[in-house]
Amino acid sequence: MSGAAEAAIEAIEAVAERLEAERDHLTDLDSAIGDADHGGNMARGWSKAVTAVADLDDPDVATVVETVGRTLLSEIGGASGPLYGGSIIFASTELEDGLSAESAVAFAETYLEKVQDRGGAAVGDGTMVDALTPAVQTFKKSIEVDDIPPARALAKAVDAAERGVAFTVPIRVSKGRASYLGWRSVGHQDPGATSTLFIIETLSAVAEDRLDVAVESATDATSPTVPDEEPDA
Amino acid sequence: MIGLVVVSHSETAAAGIVEVAAEMATDVRIEPVGGDGSGGIGTVPDDIQDALVAADDGNGVVVLVDLGSAVMNAEVAIETSDVEAAIADGPVLEGAVNAAVAATSPSATLESVREQAEAARDIDKLNG
Repeated sequence: MSGAAEAAIEAIEAVAERLEAERDHLTDLDSAIGDADHGGNMARGWSKAVTAVADLDDPDVATVVETVGRTLLSEIGGASGPLYGGSIIFASTELEDGLSAESAVAFAETYLEKVQDRGGAAVGDGTMVDALTPAVQTFKKSIEVDDIPPARALAKAVDAAERGVAFTVPIRVSKGRASYLGWRSVGHQDPGATSTLFIIETLSAVAEDRLDVAVESATDATSPTVPDEEPDA
Repeated sequence: MIGLVVVSHSETAAAGIVEVAAEMATDVRIEPVGGDGSGGIGTVPDDIQDALVAADDGNGVVVLVDLGSAVMNAEVAIETSDVEAAIADGPVLEGAVNAAVAATSPSATLESVREQAEAARDIDKLNG
């Protein structure tokens, strides 16, 4: 199996572990403005994904990722199945030539586009798109414009996703189940944006570990470990 | 004949809506699908795909859906299925009744049945 496929499987296991640990937290968030199943659904879906990828015979990284998507689509109920699973399946083709900084950006962008198309949500609607969009844009810019190494670019994406999650709290939700609540959705953190952040955080941690890069805080632009980095704009 | 699939978050609701719609059109294939597969509320793309196949006689299927993720899961099911199908953007019960009636017309097409299902949006219940 390729190193990239192994890394992907390691990342999937880490995501499953994280979502299991956050099960009650996500469910609490979802019980405030939704149907209280997000924690259980995500934990179950990713746990099944771990089993599904372990059963693959010498897969490449695109197959590993596609299998995760297919499993999530079947196992996660509600909107998260098609949003997470369907979009992962669709974006997995970007990894057919292997995992690189470029293909990772292409994957992230295609995934974001599919989530936006499928859910019809834009930034500001109080959904996972509010965390995902700034994260993907930051990741892309860090790699393509600022020439930052992938693990550090992911750390910056985490930072952007965190701000996106915080943004879902004060606004009125206008897409998804919570939109039926109208103004009562104000003051609640979106569960989908939160699980998106957890996944990006976990991917970032695995990337740091795996690439053996001492990633400094994403906001620490003077870090001596990344002398070639441009200061934040 | 054009087939119909009714997708609801509730298996019971889907069955009930099909029961009402079938009153108007006994010959039409109308498949209910709903629930998360284990007795709970939800929708599952694999189940919707099976319903598409069951409802199709080769001429296509119009899909009626209830809330948000039913739409998304129906879209995924259609994209990954060989059945020619279209989602009607209208109220699920009234749309199913309209579509069932429209499907009995000898000249019915996928588009004409979908249009009739969508026309249910304009039904005025109080002043009609």
